[in-house]
Amino acid sequence: MSHHIVEFKNVSFRYPDGTKALSDISFRITHGESVGIIGANGAGKSTLLLHMNGYLMPTSGTVNIGDIYLTRQTRQEIRRKVGIVFQNPDDQLFMPTVYEDVAFGPLNLGMDEAAVRERVEAALNLVSGLELKNKPPHHLSSGQKSAVAIASVMAVEPDILAMDEPAANLDPRSRRRLIDLLKTFEHSKIIASHDLDLIMDVCHRCLVIKEGTVVADGPVSAILTNKKLLEENNLELPLSLQRC
Amino acid sequence: MTFDEKYYNIGFIDQLSYKDTYIHRLDPRAKLIATLLFLFTVISFSKYEIAALLPFFLYPMLLMTIGEIPFMFIFKKVILVSPFAVFIGIFNPLLDSGRVVIFNGLTVSAGWLSLFSIMLKFTLTVSTALLLIATTSFPNICHALRQLKVPSLFVSQLSFLYRYIFVLMEETMRIVRARNMRSYGQRGADMHIFVRIVGILFVRTVERAERIYFAMLSRGFQGDMPSLKSFHVKTSDVVFAISVAAFLYIFRFYPATEIVGRFIQGVFS
Repeated sequence: MSHHIVEFKNVSFRYPDGTKALSDISFRITHGESVGIIGANGAGKSTLLLHMNGYLMPTSGTVNIGDIYLTRQTRQEIRRKVGIVFQNPDDQLFMPTVYEDVAFGPLNLGMDEAAVRERVEAALNLVSGLELKNKPPHHLSSGQKSAVAIASVMAVEPDILAMDEPAANLDPRSRRRLIDLLKTFEHSKIIASHDLDLIMDVCHRCLVIKEGTVVADGPVSAILTNKKLLEENNLELPLSLQRC
Repeated sequence: MTFDEKYYNIGFIDQLSYKDTYIHRLDPRAKLIATLLFLFTVISFSKYEIAALLPFFLYPMLLMTIGEIPFMFIFKKVILVSPFAVFIGIFNPLLDSGRVVIFNGLTVSAGWLSLFSIMLKFTLTVSTALLLIATTSFPNICHALRQLKVPSLFVSQLSFLYRYIFVLMEETMRIVRARNMRSYGQRGADMHIFVRIVGILFVRTVERAERIYFAMLSRGFQGDMPSLKSFHVKTSDVVFAISVAAFLYIFRFYPATEIVGRFIQGVFS
């Protein structure tokens, strides 16, 4: 299968205030790949993710998701294909209880009630959070919140999973659990993060972004061991590599 | 009271609403309707009525006892908002100067009666409304409203309010703490610093609202809030609603206090 692709071709984007966030960026991610996106603060990682389901529209260039070109008309369709998990779970969990929040996506897809309940339970089970279902989000810990945020996206069964700093604010064990969880997903995964160890564990390929464009693209094993490249981008060798 | 305390106070009423007692288990629709009936009944009394209002304290007292809500908590909250009611009635004793006989030739101005009546009505309505919130979790109240066909837009607003009031308060708490820690008892509490804090809070809120809206869009939001949960009416809900309605009806239309009073008079004479 080749239809779960993400392809950016010469994409540029300028925020309304004139800040140039993406400049002529091009890459192609094929079906089932897991790709880490790394780069300094303000390099354009988050802006890039916001293009993947049409929240921002490129100023020039094309975005192709699963053989559909991103336009204002195709946005809704593309949003079904790409699930985005935000950095701050409080932004993502907006319904008064966990259960309703996870059900939000499937209900919007117009599924009937029995199917929605099934989806919700499956998604919560996936992140081992079924016992949280009647809690309001503000009674959850950060780790539980981010687990539920992932469940709320998984309930829609997207083809492509995009995450912005999934492990920020997690304690080491929750982070480890998240990594194990991510490894079990067979989706195409796109993870923007500064947590290079996480990327090394979960991803096979790595894009380095600098000033809104790709400066390096290759297998994780090559990029995350390239000390010079990493340091040029305000990054460091992953901790697990620093030890030896 | 510091901001932190305020924050945990709201958290406390929220925690209360997740208890598990007979009152908490009742169908939220039954509780909501009972509360509304109660409010309208209390308000419908004439402005000089006092004696007939007293039996109505039975309802909040029962809710409080069965629902295991601490009396002092509700009492403090009522005191906190009481200035509003006091200011509505405070000039009545001066303006409404008709004389009324209340007890064996003792007369007061009618204004005092109406002030007292306002205070009673206020205490009854506010404590009952607080008890509704303290015995029903907010998401359930929203569901009840939705099922009672309140426009979905209002219900969504309410549920967002509940979801984000804690986030917003936490954010404020962090800003206030950061200010206090670096103001060393100096001008930190100054008015123009306060104005700036409010400004920052506003900007952050707008940005957050944008991110939330995007999160909604990316999960297929198209202008309508879907909902799942449906309640099943149990016998206990019907019993509760009917007995509240009967209680309200009896004390509204029969001068119960007077009958009891006459009866006691009869016994002693």
